[in-house]
Amino acid sequence: MNVQSPNSFRMGPDEEGQFGIFGGRFVAETLMPNILELDEAYTKAKKDPEFLSELEYLNKHYTGRPSPLYFAERLTEHLGGAKVYFKRDELNHTGSHKINNCLGQILLAKRMGKKRIIAETGAGQHGVASATVAARFGYPCMVYMGAKDVHRQSPNVFRMKLLGAEIESVTAGAGTLKDAMNEALRDWVTNVEDTYYLIGTAAGPHPYPELVRDFQSVIGKETREQIQEAEGRLPDMLIASVGGGSNAIGLFHPFLDDESVQIVGVEAGGKGLDGDEHCASLTAGRPGVLHGNRTYLLQDAEGQIEEGASISAGLDYPGIGPEHSWLKDTGRVEYVPIMDTEALEAFQLLCRLEGIIPALEPSHALAEVVKRAPAMDKDQIIVMNLCGRGDKDVHTVAEALGIEV
Amino acid sequence: MTQRMTNRFAKLAEENRPAFVTYFMGGDPNFETSVEIMKGLPAAGADVIELGMPFSDPMADGPSIQAAGLRALKQGQNLTRTFDMVRAFREHDEETPIVLMGYYNPIYQYGSEKFLDDAKEAGVDGMIIVDLPPEMDEELCIPALSRDLNFIRLATPTTDEKRLPKVLSNTSGFLYYVSINGITGAAAPKPEEVAKSVTHIKAKTDIPICVGFGVRTAEQAAVIGRAADGVVVGSAIVSTVAESLNGDQPTENTVSNTLELVASIAEGVRTARN
Repeated sequence: MNVQSPNSFRMGPDEEGQFGIFGGRFVAETLMPNILELDEAYTKAKKDPEFLSELEYLNKHYTGRPSPLYFAERLTEHLGGAKVYFKRDELNHTGSHKINNCLGQILLAKRMGKKRIIAETGAGQHGVASATVAARFGYPCMVYMGAKDVHRQSPNVFRMKLLGAEIESVTAGAGTLKDAMNEALRDWVTNVEDTYYLIGTAAGPHPYPELVRDFQSVIGKETREQIQEAEGRLPDMLIASVGGGSNAIGLFHPFLDDESVQIVGVEAGGKGLDGDEHCASLTAGRPGVLHGNRTYLLQDAEGQIEEGASISAGLDYPGIGPEHSWLKDTGRVEYVPIMDTEALEAFQLLCRLEGIIPALEPSHALAEVVKRAPAMDKDQIIVMNLCGRGDKDVHTVAEALGIEV
Repeated sequence: MTQRMTNRFAKLAEENRPAFVTYFMGGDPNFETSVEIMKGLPAAGADVIELGMPFSDPMADGPSIQAAGLRALKQGQNLTRTFDMVRAFREHDEETPIVLMGYYNPIYQYGSEKFLDDAKEAGVDGMIIVDLPPEMDEELCIPALSRDLNFIRLATPTTDEKRLPKVLSNTSGFLYYVSINGITGAAAPKPEEVAKSVTHIKAKTDIPICVGFGVRTAEQAAVIGRAADGVVVGSAIVSTVAESLNGDQPTENTVSNTLELVASIAEGVRTARN
């Protein structure tokens, strides 16, 4: 926390694509022209009313935005403290926030004249969203997915296939999200001329962290308006889960300069931070360079990347978006770990109290809500990003609870 | 340029033959065996040695170099041992330039300044760091040049007219022309296109241009060596090491098979301009 607080937390990244020391463009030379081309295309697109109105139209009529801001009355009563609101991005078309980013990027790919889409996926939510927009816009789509994730997220694998995508099961390394990202990068290096790499989280080389954040910021912008309407003021606290960090940065970013709003990011604590079975890169990692950016990473003393572990495939990544690393170091956002068991409990609590089956990723955020709300006053407000629905996770949960489905 | 690198390319120009640049993975299949391979490379015909530094997530490498890196890491290879290899080599060879090749994160964790100081002291001549493009020159390139260590840059088929000056700036030692869009050990390059690209780049720079990625045989090496100042072979050497192993253990053939392959490709490189 030795970093000086800037005048605004919403100005980044700088011209080099950095948030403080984080971010940047650490990629092979083969990809540099493409990344610069993307930067140029995005810089133009974000100022182009036609691009923005097309995206807005799709957000509204294809995804179903704005997603509701829902007052969780029974949960609030149960916890006996702050009022809890959910930003219901699990109600989006495809079942998570991932579609927000995919629509933005597919429009960019179209503008850039690309012919083919590739993507990496962990939980499969981004893979499904990528396959969806590829189908909608008529592109062939290749999704790289770790072999372990292919197994534990099989319903999503079938959904992607139905949508016409090809799935490449990646066995290298631990067969999870980081290895899928390596393979996607290898594909991109090989097919750089005609291929668009649709990165699913606010990480990777500049300009990805910026553009993914911008496309996801629709979450926070809507939340601001909706909470004003419901409560006539801003919330006291925002809580979201962070894997790569795209749903969290989408909710947080429009509030970063509102000092009265406390912001909490929740990492996957897996089986606990003492061992190596967790994905808490911000809490237990240190800055390093991987997948095109400098950011907090799980790594050994010699800079070799370590495998994360979490019950939630979507949080199972040893890195984190670079803007989160910067928000941690500046102290603007607090990052905390939640264990697998706590997430599982929160998952079940929400099913019974609110009739909502959440994904395991936002179940981590929910577990933090369960910890914090009771200690807050009844007139205080927490907004949590309920960024994905849990249909895909029922088998994982059943297995963890020792139940045969 | 370090004196060793300057002398080497001057000598090759005099002999009118391209350089044979050999890549192998340090610590694969174990420290001792890879030191033996390294020491044998010059006699087998290597003019410049690229010493691979293993990384857990080598994004620009194909399966064979990735697997070699993982074998080396399992055996405890790290930067300290990489420098030990260089020192062991330098006890017998003061002439052959050594270029370290790898990814940035292990260096960043070791400490960039300390890495450069230790590399210089051990007898390293330059480095190729795959994920440090010119945009990131402040990280390692500028500090390397200030210590008279070569920072060798990659140029690729995607490096267009607009991009080339940026790639050439601060490049020293030689330019590594990546002959294909892709990862190491992938498809073979098309000789005519490579020749065209090399000629094009040569018009813009005086530094030697070495060509690699996908070069596996003496015949390919000979064709590439006609236009380029050097030919880089990597995956073929690493694969030969892998094929000689019993499980992950070296056999009596590991060193000899590897050096024989190097010698046979060297023959192709040396006769390229005959």
